[in-house]
Amino acid sequence: MKPIYMDNNATTCVDPRVVETMLPFLTEQFGNPSSMHRFGDQVGRALKRAREQVQSLLGAEHASEVIFTSCGTESDSTAILSAVRAQPQRREIITTEVEHPAVLNVCEQLEKEGYTIHRLGVDGQGRLDLAHYREVLSDQVAVASIMWANNETGTLFPVESMAEMARAKGVMFHTDAVQAVGKLPIDLKYTCIDMLSLSGHKLHAPKGVGVLYVRRGLRFRPLLRGGHQERGRRAGTENVPGIIALGRAAELALTHMDDERRRVRVLRDRLETGLLEQIPHAFVTGDVDNRLPNTLNIAFEYIEGESILLMLNQQGIAASSGSACTSGSLEPSHVMRAMGIPYTAAHGSVRFSLSRFNTQEEVDRVIQVMPDIVARLRKLSPYWGEDGPVEDPEQAFAPAYA
Amino acid sequence: MWDYSEKVKEHFFNPRNVGVVRDANATGEVGSISCGDALRLTLKVDPESGVIQEAGFQTFGCGSAVASSSVLTEMIIGLTLDEAERINNDDIANALGGLPPEKMHCSVMGHEALQAAIANYRGEVWKDDHEEGALICKCFAIDAVKIEQTIRDHGLRTVQDVTGYTKAGGGCSTCHEGIEELLTRVLSEKGEAFDPENHATEASASAKSAGLPPMNIRAMAMGE
Ligand SMILES: Cc1ncc(COP(=O)(O)O)c(C=O)c1O
Ligand code: FES
Repeated sequence: MKPIYMDNNATTCVDPRVVETMLPFLTEQFGNPSSMHRFGDQVGRALKRAREQVQSLLGAEHASEVIFTSCGTESDSTAILSAVRAQPQRREIITTEVEHPAVLNVCEQLEKEGYTIHRLGVDGQGRLDLAHYREVLSDQVAVASIMWANNETGTLFPVESMAEMARAKGVMFHTDAVQAVGKLPIDLKYTCIDMLSLSGHKLHAPKGVGVLYVRRGLRFRPLLRGGHQERGRRAGTENVPGIIALGRAAELALTHMDDERRRVRVLRDRLETGLLEQIPHAFVTGDVDNRLPNTLNIAFEYIEGESILLMLNQQGIAASSGSACTSGSLEPSHVMRAMGIPYTAAHGSVRFSLSRFNTQEEVDRVIQVMPDIVARLRKLSPYWGEDGPVEDPEQAFAPAYA
Repeated sequence: MWDYSEKVKEHFFNPRNVGVVRDANATGEVGSISCGDALRLTLKVDPESGVIQEAGFQTFGCGSAVASSSVLTEMIIGLTLDEAERINNDDIANALGGLPPEKMHCSVMGHEALQAAIANYRGEVWKDDHEEGALICKCFAIDAVKIEQTIRDHGLRTVQDVTGYTKAGGGCSTCHEGIEELLTRVLSEKGEAFDPENHATEASASAKSAGLPPMNIRAMAMGE
């Protein structure tokens, strides 16, 4: 049976057309774009084109606002550390409790170095506390870094209006849009967003290439200094095949945007309805009415996510989970905890994330196998009785050292 | 994806002795729902001989938690309580063909459920004395609580000390930043600062004077 891949928020397959476009740059077109000969010349032109393709996808005013990096993580680090270094007198940062570790861990490190970090909380549906945001915006803040879409639940944050609020207070605004780019229309020139991170491997380009968008005129300090590549903003010989691939992937993302927002959304909704209809004690997490069209995060109560994934994997189905065990950590996902999802559900949360390569047959197959998997695991669960959860589960089973 | 042994997978997909034993006369319930692993072990012990006649488990947890519970029931059925009491968590992990370091705590949970059930049978109250922290050293599966405790108990001041006492940090060395952070935290409790230039305390110094340069301590710790 052909495997079914529904873990596209983790990474995507490289579109065959992208592979085709990048391959010559691994073979005959191997030149260094900085060189003064024909080997470099053509490569330089191809890079220019890739930059313009990304510019179009983002709706950036200038191609030079696009800086190629090695990944989303590098883009996030560069953005936050640049804002901090360019404004040494500002000692505060605003972010959220539900960011990706690429942002959270940078902030945590800065906290150890004496910075004050304001982490905006979320409600039960994963919606941001905007009152808190308004409160902490001040001229002490070096940067507000707020993700556009959450990778676990797909919940969207109102970054455009938040960027306006930041601008009004003279605060730099960065958004980690790694999950949003390619799935939502973006037109940066009409926003107050100053910096934006994206990652190639989330939109059908290969791993190891990303972008940091930096608005023209924004004060900027490079993370990597060295050669003059990327106009001195990111030194190091370019990952030429990766960049060319990302350019092509950006172009394709634009042409598939409608498909992503219509057909993929319909598939996702079909999956959601199908699972909820057949499986009791399961619920969708996140802001259901305001999320990425491809993402479905469901909490299956009283069972644990890694077990679910192992059984799905046995059926050739790939998804991911917010349980502690899948990451080797001691706590379930920080996103589930921030939303106040009870432990008995948070550990059983499973994320299905689709892409334009998924089909209805695949969705139907997941709907077909999932009820049995959940039933098998509930049979093992101390919280589950004959035909439903035991009465007052948390009381009925209260192990030592909880 | 975890590197689970075939044995782990086999027990996970075909768990033995699932459920609560009918007429059980011993129960052990351990685990932490916040950590995502919890286990109820029930036993039927023959009062005459003290032999475990039946064992059943219910587990909320990951693949290795289910497998550890399942293999444990197989290991103990037919043993006397005194024999069963001698089983430790390494025995459980070994019976599964090993567990990834991040998952060793699942075998610990199995061991504790067994102890709790035996105590329950004897009318004693089992008291857990172990507290689990974030995994710091993957090479040796050593967590933060253990390291902090050891730093406190022995007044350790360097990463080398910690390696000498706990093995943590003696392998690939990538956890040294984490160990330094723990040292910083514990030393600051006493109003001291962690100084990376500190000299090792006696334990590691004596290892040195025995003619073992730090590299060899590492090699020994890795079992190489
Ligand atoms: C929201 C978000 N930010 C950042 C990243 C990191 O991107 P990369 O893997 O390219 O470093 C990811 C990928 O998991 C992500 O989902
Ligand atoms: S992780 Fe600690 S030595 Fe390898």
